[in-house]
Amino acid sequence: MKVVVSIKQTPSTTAVLTVNGGVVSWDDPGGKPNVLNPWDEYTVEEGVRLKENHGATDVIALTVGPEESQDALKTSLAMGCTEAILVSDPALQGLDSLGTARTLAAAINKMGDVQVAIFGRQAIDGDTGQTPVQVARKLGWTPLTFVSAIKEIGGGKITVERLLDDGKETVTTSLPVVISTVKEINEPRYPSLMGIRKANRAEIPVWSAADLGLADGAGSSNVDWSNVYAIPPRGGSVQMIEGDSVEAQAKTLADKLFEEKVI
Amino acid sequence: MSGVWVFLENKEGKIATGSREAVSAARTVADGLGQELTGLVFGEGVSGVADAAFDLGVDAVLGADDATLGHFRVEAVGPLVTKLAQEHNPSVILASASSRGRDLAAWVAADLDAGLVSDGVDVAVDGDKVKVTRPVYAGKLLSDVFATSSTQVITLRNRAFPQAEPTGKSGSATWVDAAVSEDAIPTKIVGFEGKEGTVSLTDASIIVSGGRGVGGPEGFAPVKELADTLGGALGASRAAVDAGWIPYEHQVGQTGKVVSPDLYIAAGISGAIQHQAGMRTSKIIVAINKDADAPIFKLAQYGIVGDLFKVLPALTAEFKKRL
Repeated sequence: MKVVVSIKQTPSTTAVLTVNGGVVSWDDPGGKPNVLNPWDEYTVEEGVRLKENHGATDVIALTVGPEESQDALKTSLAMGCTEAILVSDPALQGLDSLGTARTLAAAINKMGDVQVAIFGRQAIDGDTGQTPVQVARKLGWTPLTFVSAIKEIGGGKITVERLLDDGKETVTTSLPVVISTVKEINEPRYPSLMGIRKANRAEIPVWSAADLGLADGAGSSNVDWSNVYAIPPRGGSVQMIEGDSVEAQAKTLADKLFEEKVI
Repeated sequence: MSGVWVFLENKEGKIATGSREAVSAARTVADGLGQELTGLVFGEGVSGVADAAFDLGVDAVLGADDATLGHFRVEAVGPLVTKLAQEHNPSVILASASSRGRDLAAWVAADLDAGLVSDGVDVAVDGDKVKVTRPVYAGKLLSDVFATSSTQVITLRNRAFPQAEPTGKSGSATWVDAAVSEDAIPTKIVGFEGKEGTVSLTDASIIVSGGRGVGGPEGFAPVKELADTLGGALGASRAAVDAGWIPYEHQVGQTGKVVSPDLYIAAGISGAIQHQAGMRTSKIIVAINKDADAPIFKLAQYGIVGDLFKVLPALTAEFKKRL
């Protein structure tokens, strides 16, 4: 069984973002501005577990992005993926979720014979969370989103538990499937030292739009998000509640909250 | 291209809160474009839901009543909405950004080759397009986004819009057949375990959260007591979840839930940027922390510098007297 884990490199969660004329840049005081998208750590872990526990033969980390996205692929290799592929092409810059989905679907088709493609619930930069279902549509596979456990897999079938807004749903369906994961699914491992060394030596193949047979205009987008800006600061400053006792403070705060009509 | 559609998620005859909010956003869009607002009602035994949709002020209802649609599966509802959209060419399709609404919007946008904008927190009509404001970079920045395709597909974040109110209007729905038969749907639902009796974080109008300052699993007791007294939900910072003091489902922040309650009380939470990303759009923020320099006070309207184990019980006692 061949498994794809689709990942993204994103700014770190502690990155400080700056917007200038709609262009976002970032730096991290901690010194590591780019990371494997935190939601994708669960994706990679689940892919590697399919190898360890369910006999998956290949676990291929896949991303579409700039050259430097190799770092996130190397993290995936260090965690146990057997291969990594970078789709990178100037023609594929600024894709919307559907353009990204089309590109990823083409890459998954090129690999051939993939049974499961796993995604994170969303990337912490674009935050759309829409790509997995759209990849499934472009492949003609069943989408299984918000998966919190793979209960059974084999014999062309898969049973998963999904974490929805109002409860847990268990479904059975036929392979191949596209899965998006949530944090409950597993506890991601740290890359081993040996894994890191091996990953650092790995040569990662780079596929272009032409390699994927994508037509001219594959980089076109149906969404215009050019206007990005900083969130206006929350108005006013904090009013500190003082008092002779905590009971007096509690009473004053309660008065304020009733006045604000939030209780 | 004409018409604004809103997907009305329903369960046990009731329209979901998020969908009621979507109706009010969709009404803004429909009026701005000068187009009719149609509610989409799918399920099994949903004639009452269609009536409820008219009561919320939609101009028309397109519905399907079929056993395959009884428990939402995107493989049943997705092809139906795509088919209807191909027949009627709506200019805008809106849905709540719930787990089901997101699946449906992504499916339909992919099949219609339409632009998809997710998690809108504000909508405004600009010419014949809808300008959707949405948070990006985990809520650290905002973006004004347009779908440039002829059909625009939009999902809306919970609690960003007021719920549509009953209008007393009525009407008769247009009923269509399901698009896919049971044999053609590979996915079968074999179990469902609902969350009963608990207030979900994303729906809650009041949230009381605890962080590192609660010191351990027992430390959440006074946090929970205040939340229960106020009829609110219990939240937590990542530090408390990572320490194993409270399950992940309570986590508020960049890698947890993004919430927007009327009142957010943060107890023993310093207010790291990742936590702020999950709660900064709350209407009123109250911070309770021992450290007067904690960043959370920069975000809060009201603050108490003190021991949460004294302040929270005092607040609980005060509210018990007055509620």
